[in-house]
Amino acid sequence: MNAVASHKKPPRVGDGPVFRRVLIGIVLILGALLILAPLLVIGHEAFKQGFKVYTATLSHPDTRHAIMMTVVTALIAVPINTAFGVAAAWAITKFDFRGKRLLLVVIEIPFSVSPIVAGVAYLFVYGLQGLFGPWLDAHDIKILFALPGIVLASMFVTAPFVARELIPLMQAQGRDLEEAATSLGASGWRTFFSVTLPNVKWALLYGVVLCNARVMGEFGAVSIVSGNIRGQTNTLPLHIELLYHDYQAAGAFASASILALLAVFTIIAKVALERRGAGRRKTQATDAASTGH
Amino acid sequence: MKRNVLPGLHLSLGITLFYVGLIVVLPLSALVFKAASLGPAEYWSIVSSPRAVASYRVTAFSALIATLFNLVFGLALAWVLTRYRFPGRRIIDAMVDLPFALPTAVAGISLTALFSSNGWFGSVLSEAGIKVAYTPIGIMIAMCFTSLPFIVRTVQPVLEDLDPALEEAAQSLGGSDWTIFRKVILPLLTPALLAGLSLSFARSLGEFGAIIFIAGNQPMSTEITALLIFIRLEEYDYQAAAAIASVLLLTAFAMLAVTNWLQSRALRYTVKG
Repeated sequence: MNAVASHKKPPRVGDGPVFRRVLIGIVLILGALLILAPLLVIGHEAFKQGFKVYTATLSHPDTRHAIMMTVVTALIAVPINTAFGVAAAWAITKFDFRGKRLLLVVIEIPFSVSPIVAGVAYLFVYGLQGLFGPWLDAHDIKILFALPGIVLASMFVTAPFVARELIPLMQAQGRDLEEAATSLGASGWRTFFSVTLPNVKWALLYGVVLCNARVMGEFGAVSIVSGNIRGQTNTLPLHIELLYHDYQAAGAFASASILALLAVFTIIAKVALERRGAGRRKTQATDAASTGH
Repeated sequence: MKRNVLPGLHLSLGITLFYVGLIVVLPLSALVFKAASLGPAEYWSIVSSPRAVASYRVTAFSALIATLFNLVFGLALAWVLTRYRFPGRRIIDAMVDLPFALPTAVAGISLTALFSSNGWFGSVLSEAGIKVAYTPIGIMIAMCFTSLPFIVRTVQPVLEDLDPALEEAAQSLGGSDWTIFRKVILPLLTPALLAGLSLSFARSLGEFGAIIFIAGNQPMSTEITALLIFIRLEEYDYQAAAAIASVLLLTAFAMLAVTNWLQSRALRYTVKG
């Protein structure tokens, strides 16, 4: 089993040349089939009927409206979520209070809950069958089957995204710097913007990028609360489903290609931010199970 | 005892509790409340109806198979990415996150295109007599895709931190690679593997977007629980939707408890004094 003698370092387990090559080969092939192929097939299907069909779909008013809905949703949900994430991280890492562990668990709940369950849950708050539905209806306020419902459902599924990037990092950095700043007379906001924020900016941006990708791509939760009204409450993922079931596969894949591009950009941004130290946390503190997204 | 001098507790905690209350706790409570208002007999008859039970079965079974596949493939991927240096390694490392970054609906239609009988893979497989799209195998493949990164990303940091001295000691005692892997490395990876496993399984149980396109969505055979909830809503059967959704929610909470327990076990071994 032991490898060639010319190795500088002693061979580690699994470094045998045959085993190594076979394992890399298997992983590369399976990776190409399971991860790369789904990405490539989107481009293939999108341009199957030619460039004209592609541009026609993307310039169709319904597609444009869906793109706009998606962008507007992200423009509302992501900043609010970011503010929440920063506030939660500040409260959790800079102070000690009772129930902190419980709060951490509650923040992480949306990760474990099916998007469909989330959508149904919102129905029972704002829908006619729900807690506030009759009151909202009487006052002619539309939350469900309109933009506010889509934004709320998106905020649910992405609630942990920013907080979970900041909390382990701010935990590890401790409170000394902030305490020094305030004891020197800096205000709370000044301390946050001049001391804390520069230390966590890449992790914050990392969380924002992932949050944005999920908001723009959310399907299950949004499909329940949006009402799926063509040209009105359709986000891009819902529009894809609509086209697909209308037997307009090329159009569906053309719309999907935009979201696939977003995914690729998200990954590139993720790698760039990881080079700056974001995301790649060691197995410590609140982590271990929260490395996935 | 050091006194805390930092400002902003009330503001930051206030925002946090308000947001968590409004966005997370209120809707989930409303769902539980709605399901609880059904009364035990009615609730039970809905959640134990044959169609619901069949949906639990296909969802849980597919999730189990997908998770086991990911356990092996995810571990192999994490191993290759941390132990070996080869051209394209960084690209593969980045690509592992694609299932998280790609919207589920996009994954759903692209997997369907690949595996339908005239697709790139489907045409080859159908010649071999294997049908994937619109069968339970399709559900498993969609689940494999969406939950693959969990195992890789939980195991990878542990593999990176593994002390080479442990292996060297085992090698000097004459252990073969396989023995050392089984007796030294695998036990150290187990907590992370279990954590990744439960995350992957929980995600598969709740997945919707990636599955509904490739599954046949036939009641009793290829209808997942999340879809059944959706169908009940479309039929305006809100009580049934609430009841079945509460089953998924309770399962999610159970999985969360398991994950947290595994996590605290994992920390027992990984945190160095």
